[in-house]
Amino acid sequence: MRARDLSVEQARRAGVALPRAFVLWGAGSVAGLVLLAFPALAQALEWSYYLSLATKALILVLAASALNLVLGYGGLVSFGHATYYGLGAYTVAVLAREGVRQAWLVWPAAVAVAALAALAIGAVCLRTRGLYFIMITLAFAQMVYYFVVSFKQYGGQDGLRAPRTDFGLPLGDAEVYYLSLLLVAASLFFLWRLVHARFGRALQAARDNEVRATTVGFPVYRIQLVAFVISGALTGLAGALMAHHTQYVSPAMLSWPQSGHFMFMVILGGVGRFWAGLLGAGAMVLIEELFHSLTVSWQLYVGLTLLAVVLLAPRGLAGLVEGRRR
Amino acid sequence: MPVSLVLEQLLNGLQFGLMLFLLSAGLTLVLGMMDVVNLAQGSLYMLGAYFAATLAAATGSFWAGLVGAVLATALVALLLEASVLRRVYGADHLTQVLATFALILVFNEAVRALWGPQALLLSVPPELARPVTLLPGLSYSAYRLTVIGAGALLAVGMFLFIHRTRVGMWVRAGASNRRMAQAMGVPIRRVFTGVFVTGAALSAVAGALLGPIFAVQVGMGEDVLILAFVAIVIGGIGSVKGSLVGSLLVGVVDTAGRAFLPSAFGLLFAPEVASNLGPTVASVLIYLLMAVVLFVRPRGLFPVHG
Repeated sequence: MRARDLSVEQARRAGVALPRAFVLWGAGSVAGLVLLAFPALAQALEWSYYLSLATKALILVLAASALNLVLGYGGLVSFGHATYYGLGAYTVAVLAREGVRQAWLVWPAAVAVAALAALAIGAVCLRTRGLYFIMITLAFAQMVYYFVVSFKQYGGQDGLRAPRTDFGLPLGDAEVYYLSLLLVAASLFFLWRLVHARFGRALQAARDNEVRATTVGFPVYRIQLVAFVISGALTGLAGALMAHHTQYVSPAMLSWPQSGHFMFMVILGGVGRFWAGLLGAGAMVLIEELFHSLTVSWQLYVGLTLLAVVLLAPRGLAGLVEGRRR
Repeated sequence: MPVSLVLEQLLNGLQFGLMLFLLSAGLTLVLGMMDVVNLAQGSLYMLGAYFAATLAAATGSFWAGLVGAVLATALVALLLEASVLRRVYGADHLTQVLATFALILVFNEAVRALWGPQALLLSVPPELARPVTLLPGLSYSAYRLTVIGAGALLAVGMFLFIHRTRVGMWVRAGASNRRMAQAMGVPIRRVFTGVFVTGAALSAVAGALLGPIFAVQVGMGEDVLILAFVAIVIGGIGSVKGSLVGSLLVGVVDTAGRAFLPSAFGLLFAPEVASNLGPTVASVLIYLLMAVVLFVRPRGLFPVHG
């Protein structure tokens, strides 16, 4: 896009932004109130299943949004994000097995393990581009998968029970929901600030034209690596939350179909749109629930739906919402 | 360690590598020519095995099952190319990965719905269900030997086809520069359909031949698919020679690693460490190989595009 097009586009956006912002804030506050009151509502109506579903959706929103940072804003197709998700979850379970259940130790450890893995893997993978990047992220994910499965004392193929960590008071289902809500909201706020800061602009510039971004003077490799590590760390946080939610971890959390599912949520929401993670993960949970309740072969219909989305609405739900604005 | 055991494992590696090549050849040409990532190739391999098991049970002949499976899978591939693949040519890799990933879900569930969740039985044809003595002290399964022969024959046939015929020249031209080939009058679209269907048929051969060795079950395509991808990335995307070298490397390294590493580590480390470390390193070995190859030669061993 030429410089002139860009300024016209920005002016046009600013013009629509004001009345839109008003509507968005209104809708946002209503949604926020519903989310805050949801556990009480669920208890009153004996909807414990829906509370669990809502917690799961919140956690997947975090994972998908974290992936969207590298996939959408960075243009880096990571086919191995299940690694960071699984490592975050396994950190919680393994530490619990070893008798460490203090929350102030376990949570930072889970995020740190995922971040370190992302740093090491990203440092190698980011030297390649395109298809080779897809395949090498997948290769590393497979390595970590087999590595974790080989630890028989931590469950191997069978997975591992993950008792919840201790905040000084026991964590019930409602507390896990609030914890998820808090962490997801904080992470989304952080990501929002990040992608609208200089860092986020540079990341997008490198996605759109790497040669130009390098020539302008951006340290492209370092920017992409930082984005990769942040994305991995937040995905690890999502994994830790999921371990608290289900109180069980399994190698499936590290498997490549799991990575594919995260990618699907992002593309369903709309790659590179900020709300892609929220829309995509929410829609995915709803679609799965819907077909799950209707038929045994629900994955068949989930697959067909996703195929239709990829072929018919390649810009995802966010693209549909935005309509013809572009 | 006895020499016969080493030879036997090398033959197993060769056999697995050749079957992997049947999958990766189609994959690498589709990728090299049309720049299409097709994750559903593993599903075609699975379909081949299911068709073979069903038809073999119905006709009572393994070979009738094999031929029928190849034809049926080629037909499915033809429909697949016309309905889905054709729509993602020219799309970005992300779209292709997701579209074909959706196909995996669809195929897996469709197979589960049609054939049920339990694994099917596909038995070795009776005339091959005995070992043959290759060397004094080395007897080897006649069936596996036949698989090696079939794989080698198909590989040679494919090389002759690609390097000695006009259509093969079109395929090579398309893989190295699609637009230029198109400008020179190569009917790329039709060649591509042919390559895709042939690739699917070869995958079906691999699925049917490996059926008696591995289990015929839902999800069998995914593991093999990833190994095939590793093979073509090692070999260099778009190169048939590269995919053969990559497949053989992956087959031999994977098989030999699983067979020998645990006992090799037993010599170096304490038993409890070795029993954990051996299998882990063995399953990680090929991914390590791929990471090292990409680090040293980012475009694989036999790069095609200039």
